[in-house]
Amino acid sequence: MLDHESALIVTLVDAAKHFGPVRALDGVSLSVAGGDCIGLVGHNGAGKSTLVNLINGGLAPSSGNIKFSEGATALVAGVRSVFQELSLCPNLTVAENLKISHSALKGPGWRRTARAEIRASLDTLFPGHNIDADAEVDTLSIAERQMVEIAIGFAPRGSRARLVILDEPTSSLDQGIADQLLTHIKRFCASGGAVIFISHMLGEIFEVSNRIIVLKDGKVVAERGSGEFTRQGLVDAMGHVAPETIEESGPKGDYGPEVFSTSQGLSARQGEIVGLSGLAGHGQAEALARLYLSRSSAWQSSKSPEVVFVAGDRPRDGVLPLWSILRNISISVLQQTAKRGFVNRLAETAVAADWKTRIGIRTDDVKNPILSLSGGNQQKVLFARALASSAPLVIMDDPMRGVDVGTKQDVYAMIRAEAVKGRTFLWYSTETEEVCQCDRVFVFRNHEISAELTGADITEEKILGASFEMQEAS
Amino acid sequence: MNPLTKPWIWSWLAAAVAFGLTIGLTAGHGAGELAYAALSFGAFAAIVGLGQMLVITLGPGNVDLSIPATMTLAATLALKAMSSDPGTAFLGLCIAIAVGLGTGLANYFLIFLLRLPPIIATLAASLIYQSIAIWSNRGLRIKPPTGLADFATGRFLGLPNVAWVGLLLAVLVWILLERSVWGRMLLATGQNLRVARLAGVPVELVRATTYVSVAVFASLAGYLLASFSGGAALNMGAEYLLMSIAVVVIGGSSISGGNSNVPGVWGAALFMFLVVSMLNSYGAGAGVRNVLTGTIIIGIVIAASTRRVRA
Repeated sequence: MLDHESALIVTLVDAAKHFGPVRALDGVSLSVAGGDCIGLVGHNGAGKSTLVNLINGGLAPSSGNIKFSEGATALVAGVRSVFQELSLCPNLTVAENLKISHSALKGPGWRRTARAEIRASLDTLFPGHNIDADAEVDTLSIAERQMVEIAIGFAPRGSRARLVILDEPTSSLDQGIADQLLTHIKRFCASGGAVIFISHMLGEIFEVSNRIIVLKDGKVVAERGSGEFTRQGLVDAMGHVAPETIEESGPKGDYGPEVFSTSQGLSARQGEIVGLSGLAGHGQAEALARLYLSRSSAWQSSKSPEVVFVAGDRPRDGVLPLWSILRNISISVLQQTAKRGFVNRLAETAVAADWKTRIGIRTDDVKNPILSLSGGNQQKVLFARALASSAPLVIMDDPMRGVDVGTKQDVYAMIRAEAVKGRTFLWYSTETEEVCQCDRVFVFRNHEISAELTGADITEEKILGASFEMQEAS
Repeated sequence: MNPLTKPWIWSWLAAAVAFGLTIGLTAGHGAGELAYAALSFGAFAAIVGLGQMLVITLGPGNVDLSIPATMTLAATLALKAMSSDPGTAFLGLCIAIAVGLGTGLANYFLIFLLRLPPIIATLAASLIYQSIAIWSNRGLRIKPPTGLADFATGRFLGLPNVAWVGLLLAVLVWILLERSVWGRMLLATGQNLRVARLAGVPVELVRATTYVSVAVFASLAGYLLASFSGGAALNMGAEYLLMSIAVVVIGGSSISGGNSNVPGVWGAALFMFLVVSMLNSYGAGAGVRNVLTGTIIIGIVIAASTRRVRA
């Protein structure tokens, strides 16, 4: 990209970052100039988040160096990042959250300015968004929070955003909102801004980026214009041999008896994979949580629980942050192997070791703290926690956030295999592609089920159709 | 592994320093007596501290402020039932434990059914417990049965009997927390109640048993303390309100829950006694003593918590 040399924003020369013996990033050279839209891909734990943190100044490199063309720090150089782990303060309003990263905003009446600025940014990015600048962040859905975080990233904040790093920005957004974001990114790059876009959704990478960088085990293994990659080529470069064919020989039709049915109209039969879809924040997550709570007890723990839960909002619903990977996996199965109320530590270790290999948790020791794992690997731990139990009903609340393509394929296969064995899955996803793999799909709109699709009816068009209100019908 | 990264080491170091400074003044005389007294008086703080630690482990906002009232009520009712008759020690113990079960359940009931914040619920409930104690006591000072008083002030293998009880309970709590399913569930609940519930932990059961445990520990401490000091008094528990929380914090347990530290509680309980005797032996007046005790506690907590972050 020599023609952009004049507008260079940041240059990394052989930058590396080690955490103890772990080489999270092993010498990466990279330069970003205005107009670049870089797609950054790699499997979980490849070093993507570490690279982002080096560029935005969150971490200092162990060796090598990072130079900004304007000013000494990322902040002065106009480098902004939007994280996959949401970093907003939940007890503050949307406008107040903007203030936190906008130090020039002070004196009486700053709220009015902040409100106007965040509103303008949201309106540009997500026309028709319906987010109130005075709403406290914890009253927003996870998708809305992500939208606010993105809007803060692109907001002028006293200077101008020159490079915006987006780490998995679309994983909790539904298709419509994600498209709005992609459109804005293209506009932003066309006007001389730069974007580093991290996503496991390769379609999005191909759509927005003009250059793709593939990271593997902390090294850049490929860097080319996006036109020179094919989808398969990209997957191969990431180093995961993804099974191309998803077996179509699912046991369609021969399910067991009905496992449950709620007053809302949600139901599932034994061995069935039931999908929940619709726009994010239309009551799917609440329906799942309600179902889980109604079918498990806060007073008794059972040796054979009826239902287990895989959380998508990890900090809120899934991760026990003080504990090791081992204890995080075993918490739901302790009862099953316990002897007279005492933890069976041999069985516990065996379960953790088994799932570490089966689902490929990238760690050298399951006794490491769970927070030492990357987001996608933490998600694998939550999968292991649920699948290790014997519960016949598995509820999954958008469980693929931040999980790489290869692991997704593995997990799909695992879910299929478990379903054939007679387990029932209830799966809410913001990705229509995933929902289309289900045997039956309920589409939610305004906290109600607006459609139930089965078999060949499960298509992206039908799901989208049922997600939006049909104006002409009324 | 570097021992300085263990959060409980700080309370033990502080206790050792306070011990050394006191003994230094007397050039080594009375070291045995001081250690014996520290173990005797520290035992009561350790027992209530262990209970308070379990509740604090439940997570932010969880604390039992009715410990002093429960101690007083358990001691009063137990002594009244025994009425100094020989051979009634076991009856008294059962009464004390029953009082603990009762106040624990009542506290949980207020917190769960009436949805009161634990601080308000246990503080309000303690007024009721204290009133029941006043009403049943009517100013009488009943002596404990001789056998029980002898046990409470006696020693075994050179250590005070109450310290043996405290040690036994500490080992029991340690085993429960580290090895039992219930302990795991308590630690999980303390880290994040919602996560624990979604992972299949019976969080209400855990909360109820924890609030009952702390009350039983308090009533046991009250029973022993009354036997030790020759009778129940209405203000006998007063100093254990701050004490129970201080030993947990100084002992290195996380005040935000999910993490507990049994050895630290004992170290802190010894320290709390030793720091007062140290200041006494240096001739500090009551006012100076309080200011210094407070300052020292703040210092220890800062040392313990900053070490932990770096670890």
